[in-house]
Amino acid sequence: MSTTTTPSGADIELIDVVKRYPGQKNPAVDSLSLHIPAGEIVMFVGPSGCGKTTSLKMINRLIEPTSGTIKIDGEDVRGKDVDNLRRNVGYVIQGGSLFPHMSVAQNIGLVPGLLKWGKSRTSDRVDELLELVGLDPARYRDRYPRELSGGQQQRVGVARGLAADPPVILMDEPFGAVDPITRQRLQDELLSIQDELHKTIVCVTHDIDEAVKLGDRILILEEGAQVAQYDTPEAVLVTPANPFVEDFVGAGSTLKQLSLSRVSDVELAETTTARSGESVPEVLDRARARNDTSVVVLDSRNRPCEWLWLRELQGHGTVPEFNAEEFVTLDRRATLNDALDTMLSSSHGAAVVTGRRDEYVGVVNFNAVTDFIQATEEQHAATAAADAANGESA
Amino acid sequence: MSAAEDPAAVARDERTSGGESRLMLFVLPAVVVLVFIGWVIWRQTANLDSIEERQLAWVVIGRLSWEHIQLTLVSTFFVLIVAIPLGVALTRPRFKKAAPVAIGIANAGQAAPSIGLIVLLAIWLSFGFWTAILSLTLYAILPVLRNTIVGLEGVDPTLVEAGRGVGMSAAAVLLRIELPLAVPVIMSGVRTALVLLVGTATLATFINAGGLGSLIITGINLFRYPIVVSGALLVALLALLIDWAGRVLEMYARPKGI
Repeated sequence: MSTTTTPSGADIELIDVVKRYPGQKNPAVDSLSLHIPAGEIVMFVGPSGCGKTTSLKMINRLIEPTSGTIKIDGEDVRGKDVDNLRRNVGYVIQGGSLFPHMSVAQNIGLVPGLLKWGKSRTSDRVDELLELVGLDPARYRDRYPRELSGGQQQRVGVARGLAADPPVILMDEPFGAVDPITRQRLQDELLSIQDELHKTIVCVTHDIDEAVKLGDRILILEEGAQVAQYDTPEAVLVTPANPFVEDFVGAGSTLKQLSLSRVSDVELAETTTARSGESVPEVLDRARARNDTSVVVLDSRNRPCEWLWLRELQGHGTVPEFNAEEFVTLDRRATLNDALDTMLSSSHGAAVVTGRRDEYVGVVNFNAVTDFIQATEEQHAATAAADAANGESA
Repeated sequence: MSAAEDPAAVARDERTSGGESRLMLFVLPAVVVLVFIGWVIWRQTANLDSIEERQLAWVVIGRLSWEHIQLTLVSTFFVLIVAIPLGVALTRPRFKKAAPVAIGIANAGQAAPSIGLIVLLAIWLSFGFWTAILSLTLYAILPVLRNTIVGLEGVDPTLVEAGRGVGMSAAAVLLRIELPLAVPVIMSGVRTALVLLVGTATLATFINAGGLGSLIITGINLFRYPIVVSGALLVALLALLIDWAGRVLEMYARPKGI
């Protein structure tokens, strides 16, 4: 914590917090105790299902703890009216979660409105916040969310979270829904905003790189929200507390390897293909014969132009036309890092790979990539063992 | 920012290209007016006998049409005040489990032959306007109820949670987020109900509740085809007109931005 500026944030204390869902044997959060100092960014990371989001949502009581105490600035959150509590705790969600029928100004001005601020005070605040998140107020104030790009929506989402100048801001995977370049920019902006405002920010992410980048402290959770390590990013990286943390953080070294390998190194999967204008029942039969649940549509030049679930085809007589320019594919020379990125953003959990002249080659999926990584790792281990053996014999 | 990066431009394009429904907005009333003018000309020039003259007198036509509109609008009003709150209640966690039951009952209401419903209710209660309203209301609850439920369930749950998360009460989330976002779906249910009701209101004449149906029945009883066809034509025109009004309403009720 800096000594030259007084933080406007408040500290948060979790004492023996338990969340148990009915019908589940193990509690989702099992006796979590934690102190979050005022004015710091604390990142909650861990594998999915570890209880990080549950822990976050208990702070503003979107989820009520089964037992235990949560205090913000020394006050028990359960002692307060729940709506009032939330109006004083900023909440930023993945993708911004803007209300589509409200303009940007209405979205940001929502909480000030709930707090009965006057009209002119609210509209001044909206403009101030739009400036802060790097959007020109005159241009964006009266737009609707659908007229904004994903990154802009997320910026407005952050502005909405900051609107009533709350001491504490909760963020639930705030930058998970935007492309990597925008994400990086938004992260940088958040850091510069925090330099100015010194809020207490609690942020959930599954991305250890994001945690390392943004966090003053990182809380690494194991299943049941067991604290594996709660420390500064440096400490987490340099002296991981246990094998779990080591594994979790160490995933980064494999990630680096992903940038060295190409899609063409990986075994591609086959899938059913269809052409625009082909009769749908035939395509469906073909796909079912192969137990496929989706088909890749190719255009006259063999370029993939759409990847449809079978149910999307049903109801059509013939396979419709699509524009290949608008379809996201993966060049076979792309890195596995890019491949994973594309797969993650695809509803199929895989990506269509193209070769020369953008012609269809095959499909790459998570299994292929993980198999490949495993194989490389085994190879590495074997070489290492062989090296060691050679070293001994020499 | 370059033009390509500016989604506002794209969004505006999309909005102006709602071709089909826009066409309906202008063409539909034009067709209705033209056909109606044609009918008026026929009515003024045709050779009608005294029974036909009496049945198709302007006063009678005016009264019957007005009765028909009243039947339609009053029952729509009751459909709305029953089906929308019911739909809201059935999407709240407390009553969610009852939703299939309520939909089932509403389904039965619509599946039951409307003529049976209207006559049985009349025998049980009494003949006349309000019994007709009751049976019409029962008959048309389903589309509005179902669309209210579907519309509310279609609201992205993360938006509801976002609303609660920033400190809106459950009621505020319902009124300011869920209902506005469900409006397009609800309104199309209302339009369906309106059109159903215009058609079904022709049966009201069987229990002495008036409406354009009486032209059709009289015409059939007296073997006067001009009367039957006039009645049927006027009901059809009214249905199209009300469908058009529903579309206009739908367009204006749709919140901006979605």
